[in-house]
Amino acid sequence: MNLAELNIHYSYVMIVILLVIGLWGMLGKRNLVKKVIGLNIFQTAIFLFFIKGALKDGATVPVIDPQTGIEAAAYFNPLPHVMILTAIVVSVAITGVAMALLLNIYRSYDSLEEDIIIQRMGK
Amino acid sequence: MTHNIPILIPISLIFFAFFTGVLGVMRLRYSQLVAVFASALAFSLAVWGTVHVLTSGALSYSFGSWPPPIGIEFVMDPLSAFMLLVITGTGFILLLFPTKPGFKIEEKRGVPLYAIVLLLMGGLCGIALAGDLFNLYVFLEITSLSTYALVSIGSGRAVMSSFRYLIMASIGGTFYLLGVGFIYFATGTLNMADVINLLPAVYSSPAVIGGAVFIVTGICLKMALFPLHTWLPDAHSYAPPVVAAFLAAVQIEVSAYIIIRMLLNVFTPEFMVGLLPLTDIIGWAAAGGVIIGSVMAIAQTDFKRMLAYSTVGQIAYVGLGIGLANPLGITGALLHIMAHALMKSCLFLIAGGVAQQTGITDINGYRGLGRRMPWTMAAFTVSALAMIGIPPTAGFFSKWYLLLGSLDGGNWVFLAVILASTLLNGVYFFRLIEKVFAPADPADASARNPGELPRSMLVPVLVFAGLILAVGAASVLIVDNLLSPAVQGL
Repeated sequence: MNLAELNIHYSYVMIVILLVIGLWGMLGKRNLVKKVIGLNIFQTAIFLFFIKGALKDGATVPVIDPQTGIEAAAYFNPLPHVMILTAIVVSVAITGVAMALLLNIYRSYDSLEEDIIIQRMGK
Repeated sequence: MTHNIPILIPISLIFFAFFTGVLGVMRLRYSQLVAVFASALAFSLAVWGTVHVLTSGALSYSFGSWPPPIGIEFVMDPLSAFMLLVITGTGFILLLFPTKPGFKIEEKRGVPLYAIVLLLMGGLCGIALAGDLFNLYVFLEITSLSTYALVSIGSGRAVMSSFRYLIMASIGGTFYLLGVGFIYFATGTLNMADVINLLPAVYSSPAVIGGAVFIVTGICLKMALFPLHTWLPDAHSYAPPVVAAFLAAVQIEVSAYIIIRMLLNVFTPEFMVGLLPLTDIIGWAAAGGVIIGSVMAIAQTDFKRMLAYSTVGQIAYVGLGIGLANPLGITGALLHIMAHALMKSCLFLIAGGVAQQTGITDINGYRGLGRRMPWTMAAFTVSALAMIGIPPTAGFFSKWYLLLGSLDGGNWVFLAVILASTLLNGVYFFRLIEKVFAPADPADASARNPGELPRSMLVPVLVFAGLILAVGAASVLIVDNLLSPAVQGL
């Protein structure tokens, strides 16, 4: 990838970096709250990917304006935004359930560090 | 009226979920009755829809009267109808099982338990009906969210295994969403019937290839296909028995259905078999899973944990059928979905009932139970024989189609894997059957003297055992009417 390509695609590079940070947080971190944060970063990266895909150069808000006409190229694509609105709701629900589970785990084991929990499970 | 059936099935479940939730906080007993009613309603609608699909073709429902591909649609074709029958039928019988042994919850406690179960069933039905890639994601996450809550009800380490399951399944779901994004930006549509028309023009585009890989990887994680199965044994063995039955019998099977749907109706076989070796990869991973799952099951001493590992092996049979990607192989995979739903539910209910009645969870404790619980253990024997694949049970016919499929595809390794795993299944189930019908340890019998299971627990168990035999007897009918039209595209 040369510099000119990077200039066009830099936002995708950023999205991939966010994806990898999120995956590392989920699989590599030993603290359970950090895993949930990783999950959120991972999902946000995908939301950004959809939003980036909806962008067009020189387009405007997707509300039909008599001056702009009904040319589809003149408006941003609204569908990815709507999908991501739904996906954000799903992600909030997942975070909520994860937090409820963490609360239960903390009450049972008095810790949120995976190593300590495994140690206490063994007893 | 008939064209509304596709929407009425999930709506009836999700609508009643609200009432059972409110009722559950006051009286758990009454909310179970409402849940049984709701699932019976969904099952009868599914039967009615199936009859309609068989006589006059597929049903389609467009939301808000927006015609597809612009609007969202629900499609009920033979494949969906088959899955709906499995989901609602199994769910209905599982809900009949009493609350205390089934969920390990005292009936007096006020919890919206059955609302979550109905949401789970509604989500699964939505997946089976969705004609739209993004809609499928939403239902997939509804299903997953309700299972996290249900698994965490279980004992001991259940909460921790539920959290691990949440992390793994969320990665799977998010991968699926990423893949859907790739497909959407390459084709500009989310409707499955539209994607299959537009896709051939952009087959070689890296976005489509990447999208297909992300979708299949994500769903394989949810399906617990070897080597992505690591979350399954913990989540399934610490969950309460009825929840474990729901997870093993319908939830992961529906993920397998998604892959079959992608193969047949989204990516076309020539793309997933010819251009990308995706089905080959699934098949070889499944071949590993069949062997590993069975070997690990032999090594377990806890009955529920043994069943959980055997699920890893059994779901891999479905993966083998997908890997073969010929009509006989897919027919075998679908028939195995139905057979596994019945036999695993039966076994998990027996595990729950026996644990409630006698406190026995270890397989060594099953020694001599055949004399004390003849009916339960007869049902156990039927489902164990089905797990091994002995005629005339349902498990034999699904394996038979898988064998025919591997002969047809000339795949001798898969043939050997199926035969070898049948022997391994035989090792761990014949060992149990022998224990069950051996004379009891006299020292042990005096300590506990449990009789037959109470009728409320025995009825669902016996119904499942009867269905295993009935599906075996009716397998030709099912294959001719529902599955042959479904796999026509291959």
